[in-house]
Amino acid sequence: MTDPEKTPVQPIIIAEGLSIFYGNFRAVKDVDMKIVPNQITAIIGPSGCGKSTVLRSFNRMNDFIPSCHATGTITFHGQNIYANDVDPVQVRQRIGMVFQKPNPFPKSIFDNVAWGLRINGIKGELSEPVEQALRQAALWDEVKDHLKKSGLSLSGGQQQRLCIARALAVKPDIILMDEPCSALDPIATLKIEDLMRELSHNYTIIIVTHNMQQAARVSDYTTFFTMDPDRAGVMVEYGETSHIFTNPRDKRTEDYITGRYG
Amino acid sequence: MNLNPNPVFIISKNLRTRHRNSKIWRSIFFLSTALAILVLIVLILSIVNQAFGFVLIKNTVEPGELSSIPLEQLTKPALIKILKSNLTSNRYKTIDRELPFTARNQEELVDLVTSEIVEPTVVESYHLDVSIFDKEKILAEAAQKHPDARLEFRAWINSSFINRSMSSTPELAGVRTAIFGSLWIILITIAVAFPIGVGAAIYLEEYAGHNRINRIIQTNIDNLAGVPSIIYGILGLAIFVRGLGFFTSGAFLGNGETGGRTILSAGFTMGLLTLPILIINAQEAIRAVPNSLRQASYGIGATKWQTIWHHVLPSALPGILTGTILAVSRAIGETAPLILVGASSFINKDPSGVFSRFTALPIQIYNWTTRPQAEFRNIAAAAILVLLILLLSLNAFAIIMRNRFVRRIS
Repeated sequence: MTDPEKTPVQPIIIAEGLSIFYGNFRAVKDVDMKIVPNQITAIIGPSGCGKSTVLRSFNRMNDFIPSCHATGTITFHGQNIYANDVDPVQVRQRIGMVFQKPNPFPKSIFDNVAWGLRINGIKGELSEPVEQALRQAALWDEVKDHLKKSGLSLSGGQQQRLCIARALAVKPDIILMDEPCSALDPIATLKIEDLMRELSHNYTIIIVTHNMQQAARVSDYTTFFTMDPDRAGVMVEYGETSHIFTNPRDKRTEDYITGRYG
Repeated sequence: MNLNPNPVFIISKNLRTRHRNSKIWRSIFFLSTALAILVLIVLILSIVNQAFGFVLIKNTVEPGELSSIPLEQLTKPALIKILKSNLTSNRYKTIDRELPFTARNQEELVDLVTSEIVEPTVVESYHLDVSIFDKEKILAEAAQKHPDARLEFRAWINSSFINRSMSSTPELAGVRTAIFGSLWIILITIAVAFPIGVGAAIYLEEYAGHNRINRIIQTNIDNLAGVPSIIYGILGLAIFVRGLGFFTSGAFLGNGETGGRTILSAGFTMGLLTLPILIINAQEAIRAVPNSLRQASYGIGATKWQTIWHHVLPSALPGILTGTILAVSRAIGETAPLILVGASSFINKDPSGVFSRFTALPIQIYNWTTRPQAEFRNIAAAAILVLLILLLSLNAFAIIMRNRFVRRIS
């Protein structure tokens, strides 16, 4: 693995001069960032530094916050997703998302996965793609005998893997994960982490996490955010995870990962 | 160090005060609940008290004088003969013009003989409490005042009361027309208010931005829910009866003698009345749908409409239905707006469609309670029971449907 700045691989997402505002408050300023395909990129940093805001801007989930707007560009496969003629719905089909709290639909396990396919116009027999998605999410063996049961009847970790299966079913290129393990116990967390490693062969994953060990364990690249004195989030450092954790270039990164922050 | 030599004692003292306080509060809350239940029981008892009881009935002409065998066993021609010989020729012709005697069946003719010639009239009616606890007094009074009357226990709410239409004699009056009128009005109310109300709630919760205009709209809806119903009656009179009379009377379809005082006008007025309550309830139900559900849907590339239709609405529907039940329950008992939009107080023709003239149960009740004869108060009480039963069964039906739906989605 090489430094993303010099990587010969074409990045899948390039953010340039990205600033995100809530009303007049600038929550994130001037982020330049490249996401390498088929790798796991972790975003770490203290609370309130805009990690989730940046993550959500990658698939335009911030559009639903009325006062929120972004400047700068986010290029996905060479296309600025904030251009006027881009359909945010299609962006979200290509860039899926898994949330902090498991949020399966109040439907059966099968329908949870199948619904995304149906709304994307896939008709007819869905049991095969549903099985495939559940297998990919390492959930199939646990639920194959009760696909008709409600998704809400599963345990927290299973629910989160169901949400991952749901995201995988629509065949996105990228999966955004916003602190996917913060509501789970250590064993369920470990399962999700194994799953992420497995998925990174076929998908690009961007994960926001509070847990530095987690970032160190699962990610290939790490980016560290912090707050400027004006409370705007800034990106401090970006590099290979091993590099960031062993040999940070910036003092602020070092303070944070060694626990001397704040 | 030992500031508190006997901590156990202190703790138990505090505990005792706390327990006493909680006991006092508990009994206050229990009393208010008990009071509410008591009032409800008194209300129902007083209605039941009037709806049942002994009556003294006197026939104007004894059936035995008309024929030696009981009326029910007479043939059609024999009955027609009795009618012809006992009615004035004018009355005979009038009834014949309404529907020829030969076209009526035997049962109807028996009813006709009973109501026109035998004319059983209730000369005295007693409440249930007197009937149960003081029968001697009733018997004494009967023997003294009406020696030729017969004493009968009467449930004023009975099958013929429900089957008959309006009549000027309380013994023959019924609520069939009013039940049909009420059901028609409720049907139209739901058909008008439910889609508009849910639509408005979806707009306000899911689409409307947080700007001044929407805040004004919201405030107005909240206030409209508290506007007295008679105001809606005036509104309905002005808009649906007067303004749009051409449409609400059915004149545009070529039959307009009702002048807009139709079921349609009443239903629309009730729809307006229930709309604000329905919108507020639906909004609350939609607001209660967790945002994580919307995000989950958007996160896999659903459009706004797909999210609303597949996730927000199904999750909110039980709450919306509860709100609709409440709103419709209010509408079913409303009287004032119906009086204003022109409910007929005397009508004995069942409504045949939305362009018919109508009456409704609360109108009948109101109408009967204002009459001077005691018997009308008895049938008013019976009609109140009918209204309550109708209301409860509609609600039960709606609740069963809702619960079935809830079980299906979860």
